[in-house]
Formats: sequence, C-alpha cells, structure tokens
Amino acid sequence: MTAPATTAPPDAPATARHVGSWVAFRALLLRDGYVLRKNLREFLPRTILQPLLLVFVFTYVFPKIGQGIGGTAGAADFSTMLVAGVLASVILFQGIQSVALPMVQEFGFTREIEDRVLAPLPLELVGVEKIVAGALQCLLSALIVFPIATFVPATPVHLRLDWPVLLTIAPLACVMSAALGLLFGTLFDPRTVPLLFGIVVIPLTFLGCIYFPWAQLESIRWLQVLVLVNPLVYMSEGFRAALTPVPHMRLLAVYPVLLGFTVAFSALGLRTFRNRVLS
Amino acid sequence: MSTTASDASEHAPRPSDPPPGAPEVIRTVGLTKVYPGGVTAVDRLDLVVGRGEIFGLLGPNGAGKTTTAGMLTTRVVPTSGSAHVGGVDVWAHPARAKELIGVVPQTNTLDRALTVRDNLYFHGRFFGMSRAVARRETDDLLERFKLTERAAMPVLALSGGMAQRLMVARAVMHRPSVLFLDEPTAGLDPQSRIAMWEILADLHVDGQTILLTTHYMEEADQLCDRLAIIDHGRVLALDTPEGLKRSTGIDTSVVVSAEGDLAALAALLDREIDGSTSARVLDGTVHLGVTGAEGVLPAVVQVAERGGFRVTDLSITEPTLETVFIDLTGKDLRE
Ligand SMILES: Nc1ncnc2c1ncn2[C@@H]1O[C@H](COP(=O)(O)OP(=O)(O)OP(=O)(O)O)[C@@H](O)[C@H]1O
Ligand SMILES: [Mg+2]
Repeated sequence: MTAPATTAPPDAPATARHVGSWVAFRALLLRDGYVLRKNLREFLPRTILQPLLLVFVFTYVFPKIGQGIGGTAGAADFSTMLVAGVLASVILFQGIQSVALPMVQEFGFTREIEDRVLAPLPLELVGVEKIVAGALQCLLSALIVFPIATFVPATPVHLRLDWPVLLTIAPLACVMSAALGLLFGTLFDPRTVPLLFGIVVIPLTFLGCIYFPWAQLESIRWLQVLVLVNPLVYMSEGFRAALTPVPHMRLLAVYPVLLGFTVAFSALGLRTFRNRVLS
Repeated sequence: MSTTASDASEHAPRPSDPPPGAPEVIRTVGLTKVYPGGVTAVDRLDLVVGRGEIFGLLGPNGAGKTTTAGMLTTRVVPTSGSAHVGGVDVWAHPARAKELIGVVPQTNTLDRALTVRDNLYFHGRFFGMSRAVARRETDDLLERFKLTERAAMPVLALSGGMAQRLMVARAVMHRPSVLFLDEPTAGLDPQSRIAMWEILADLHVDGQTILLTTHYMEEADQLCDRLAIIDHGRVLALDTPEGLKRSTGIDTSVVVSAEGDLAALAALLDREIDGSTSARVLDGTVHLGVTGAEGVLPAVVQVAERGGFRVTDLSITEPTLETVFIDLTGKDLRE
C-alpha cells in the first residue's frame, strides 16, 4: 500500500479526517479556476467575438457607410449608449456559458455531478460555489470587453464613471447572471438546451435595453412596461448610470429590482439544484 | 430452509452479524425508499457491516442495489428508517458523512474537464489535502493503480477498465471509512474484471471496509465475506457465501436438457429421485437440487427415459449462489 495517510496512523486506516466546508469550497473554486485557465483559448474567443462584432457593426461600420442609427441621438451618443448595454449582455451571456452549460453536461446521462456533490460540504454550498465561480467569470469577461466597447467605435465614447455605482452594480449584475445560469442549468437538459438560446436568451437580449435606453421606449408604452420583467433591462440601465452621462432608469428602482432578482434566482436555482441531485 | 436474519440461533454468533469485536461501520435500521410514483425500491432494510468486511448486495436488475447505496451515500433521500456510516447519521449530517465515504457509482463520473492526474489531484484538494500532499498521493495512486502512463490523458481517452480503476483510486484517496462500489465490474471484459477483483482483494487485505453491489454471483462468491441476497428491495437471505450455499440443503445441482414437456419431467424427477429437494424449469432446462448425489446421474437418465423423455444433455455442479437465488425466488439471477 502507499505511504500512511498524513493524518491517520497506519494501524487505523479507516479514519478519514475532518475537512470543513470552507476548505472544500475553496478547493472547488480552485478547480473551476484551473479549468478556466486551461480553457482560456476557448474562453477568450467566445467572450470577445459577440460583443466585438456587435460594437464593430453598429458603431464602426454603420457610421462609416453613412447608415443612420441611434435615431435623433446621433452616432456618437449611440456608441456611448451602447457601452452599457454591451457590458450587460456580455455578463448575462457569460453567466449562462460558464454556469448553465457545464451544469447541463454534468447532469447529463452519466451524471458527473454525482461526484462533485460528494465533496465534503453541504449540497447547497456546492451550488453556491457554482454561483461564485460563475460571477467571477462574468466579472472577468466584463473587464475584457470594456476596452473593446470603448475603443472600437468610430465615434468617441463619452464615459463618465460613477465609481460607487459601478462597484456595486457590477458585482450585483454578475452574481445575478450566475444565479440565473444555475437556475437554467438545472431546468434544462441536453435535449432541451438549444431552446434555452432560441426562446429565452435571444428575447432577453433583444428586449434588454441594450440597443436603446429604457426611457426612449416611452413612445411604445406597452413595450416599455412589458420589458420590466427582463432582468437585463436593469443591468443595462445600471451600467448606463455607472459609466455614462446617458439618461437612465432611476437607481432607486434599479438596485432593489436587481437585488430581488438575485435573491429569487439564487433561491430557486439552489432549490432545483438540490431537487435534481437528490432522488 | 434458508437462513434469514431472523431465524438464526440466539446464542451462537449469528452469520448475519458482523465478525465479533469489529466496530460497526454501516448500520441501517428499517431503511426504506418509495420513489414518487409508488415503486418501493428498498423495503425495511436492516444491515450491519463491521470494519474490514467486504459486504455484498447481490440481486438482479431493479432489486434496489443502487438505491440502497444511494441512501447510504447522501444521494437518495430515504422515505423512512435510518442510515449510519462510521457512527454518523447520514441524513442528519450529510457533509460529515461525505468525509467518511468513498463512492464508485454505477456510471462514469470522472471529471471530463480534467486529465487523469488532475482528477486525483483535485479530489485530494476537495478532501483537505495540501498541494504537496495531494501531489504525492496522486503519484502514489497512479503508480499503484497502473495509470502512471496515462496520467496526462483526458479521462475520455481511457478504456472502461482504466476508467474504473481511476474511479476506485479516487474513491480511496481520502481514506474513507467505507468504500461503496456499485457494480464495479459491470460491462468490463473478463481480463479487466479479474484485475478489478485483485485490486479489491488488495484493499481488503489493507483493512478497507467495502460495500459492493453486484449481480454477478461469481463476484459475490469470490470477494465477499458476507452478503445479502436481495430482490424487490427485500433481503431474502444474509450470510457468508458458504453459509448461503449450505442453507439450501442442496449439495448437488443437476441440470437436465430434454425434449418434451419439461414441467412434467421436473415433477417426475422431483418425485422419483431420492434426495431431490427442488425441481424447476428455467431457460429450457430442468434444474434439480439433490442431497446425497451418489449415483444420481444414471438415476436421472433412467427415470426420464422410463417416463418417455429423451435426455439430450446432463450436467452436475456444486451448488452456487445462483442455486441459492433460484431456490429463494424460483427465478434466475442472470440478465
Ligand atoms: N429515480 C427513480 N425514480 C423512480 N423509480 C426509480 C428511480 N430509481 C430507481 N427506481 C426504481 O427502483 C427500483 C430499484 O432500482 P435500483 O436502481 O435501485 O436497482 P438496482 O438493483 O441498482 O438495478 P440495476 O442492476 O439495474 O442497477 C427499480 O424498480 C427502479 O425502476
Ligand atoms: Mg444499480
């Protein structure tokens, strides 16, 4: 046999040591960080390409070919307005890419998840770790995409950073997106996961106030009310407040709603996670 | 007929008890699982496994083996009853229980995002090993489970036998009080199966307590100190393999292939052969259990031919766990 255990004397091989949840939690994070680093060559293109093309076409190609966009606001204001929306959509995407999709696989037909949940910590904390690791990846992708959204447009982007708002909105948006990722990851299975993009993510992004500020929807009142159920709206508007002088939804509405969504998605996500792990 | 947990003598150590003096590592009392939809997968299971034992759950598909293992390893919530592992109530303190168990599930649950080596390394880290200790233990285990050459491979590139070895290595890495193996050799080729048996026998020699489920009677017979034969979630018999085979009272099992009405032949043989204890038709043959095998083959041929049956094949075996299972349930253990 191998060398005796570090903790158990050789005459008592049957005593596993007491680990403690925090140690196991940290090790799970370590594993996710390691996998991210190992897969950086996939992470970077999948994170950068979509926002890069979006910004490139809307704020570089269109102004250059004289295609009017941004309505009366004009090209420069449109670039500025788009920065916040792009960041919000990147974070939402990342939450799904980094939490929901791996989770669907782990719950897939060999149920790899059965091993992850045997780590010595409460089941709920395994789910919490997924949210934390996902939120960190969301934050990372926002940091990567921010320079793209700022420097690619042909017309200058006017930034006006509001640090207190930025430093609270960004983590909140990331945690919310990761929690939504957990919820989706436990609700969908390998067979239905294409639907996740087709009928959930696409409508969320098109109607998430990425390409237009919420206030401007005033002329389509029913739509302005309808999109209020979309969490992405509050992320876009929050980032607008944090980064730009563009008019935005009142922060007094943004914060509580974002917080509410975060709590709701986390609670629901952890519950469906538990229900799917246990039979 | 068969010895079950309840009808053994009160005084002598009962075969259904763990070896005297060994601390108990697993105890279940009335453990029951009724799945939503009403399937009773495990029905009032009482089990005690002592330290150092290899204990087997032998039963056909759907007997409730995986469900039982699941309830002892924090994955299937019992409907009623209790489960203790290493003195810890599994469902009161699941996180603590998880420190004490090593699990090899029925499916391949290796981390597909990681290499062979990293599967072990991170498992060690989950269980509180420092970086240096996890590295050292990983190298030792790779060596011991003959995986060193594959260390850098993604786990998807492993053969079934190698993947299974890696799962066992991972499960014992944190030195669990008890190792659970759910059908550890199902789907393996004969060579890999024997290699796995050797690994388990080595672990046993090192004192590792093991609970394994299987539907291969040879596996149960070879490896287990004691075993429970289960079907439809119930324990039908619990004893050492030897004890189980003795308990049938059969010392020889005769399999007769013949033309004609086999049920009639079975009845005839049961009536006419001295020492016949049971006769059943299974898979197009007649299975006859006999005590006192002296001259039984010629007698069988004679009786059959006198009754107008043409015997086409005849074989005689020692009783096996298969015999025990057939004796208990009237059906065959094989898939
Ligand atoms: N999640 C579930 N929901 C409902 N019924 C289930 C579930 N899992 C198992 N069952 C049923 O419970 C019974 C026992 O199943 P279990 O998987 O424990 O058997 P097993 O002995 O491990 O069989 P196998 O040899 O096929 O692995 C079966 O009738 C099965 O259909
Ligand atoms: Mg099973």
